[in-house]
Amino acid sequence: MHKISLETDIMDANEEFARENRDHFKAHNVAVVNFMSAPGAGKTSLLEKTIARMKDDLRIGVIEGDLMTTLDADRITALGVPAYQITTGSVCHLDARMIHNSLHNFDIEGLDLLIIENVGNLVCPAEFNLGEDLRVMVFSTVEGAEKPKKYPVMFHETDAVVLNKIDLIPYSGVSLEELERNVREVNPEVDIFPVSCTRGDGLDEWTQWFTERISALRGKAEAASV
Amino acid sequence: MHEMAIVQSVLDVAFREADNNSGTKIRKIKLRIGELSGVVRDSIEFAFSVLKADTAAEDAELEIETVKLKAECGTCGEAECAAWDLNLICAKCGGTLRITAGREMKVEYIDLD
Repeated sequence: MHKISLETDIMDANEEFARENRDHFKAHNVAVVNFMSAPGAGKTSLLEKTIARMKDDLRIGVIEGDLMTTLDADRITALGVPAYQITTGSVCHLDARMIHNSLHNFDIEGLDLLIIENVGNLVCPAEFNLGEDLRVMVFSTVEGAEKPKKYPVMFHETDAVVLNKIDLIPYSGVSLEELERNVREVNPEVDIFPVSCTRGDGLDEWTQWFTERISALRGKAEAASV
Repeated sequence: MHEMAIVQSVLDVAFREADNNSGTKIRKIKLRIGELSGVVRDSIEFAFSVLKADTAAEDAELEIETVKLKAECGTCGEAECAAWDLNLICAKCGGTLRITAGREMKVEYIDLD
């Protein structure tokens, strides 16, 4: 019997595809954003509102990840924006290889912004780098103020947290202040946006931040390619 | 839930190394898994017992070392073991603690015949 010392990162195979994806995105000067959340937090609703406000200024495409159905992709296509659905079957997250394969079927040529809507799941998607530039997490305030402490990885790994459904706070008894404090303890430098997709609160602030970040990401890529 | 995919990656690494080193049987796989890596030990063990069947690793033992979460303040340098009640705001100066250990998932070594 002999021992082989390795120190190999278990995520290496995924990282390799993620690097290839990132190179491909950079070559096309497309900013790529990975949207993650638990099921039902309002990712697709937020995307509908956000895309409607941005689509006149940016060419946007969306990759949708779901276990089953094309319902979400249909909602995006209804906005006049191209969408590609990855149905994962039983897989609880998107990985870099799935994105890599989808790029054979979904042309990103001419896009300014590619949005990836991950499978609804508060745990697994956070572990898989897709080659994205930015991560946004959507969290439904009614799920409870303690969730950032119970499911810290996704809260820790994201650049922004959108706290959705604040219109329901009077009925849920959840303290927005306590929720924001818990988010910040897990990720002290994260940007936090309380919104209501149904009533429209906070969407201006969120869209302004998002537009500026996308513009900065694309500007940086353009400067690097000169 | 994604432990099956993680364990399949581990086995792929082990099979590749067995091939590269003319090994026929994998006897042991040693992993180091951070406590904030987002995978569950029991699920890893279960996935391993399922996925190793009828492979060169079918008799392999799996050892998992759990790596404790550690964090260090980027502002004042205060190093502390963050408690499981994850709070990355420095208690001393209010700066941001960076995680220095506890996020990793590594195959440390394998034993081959």
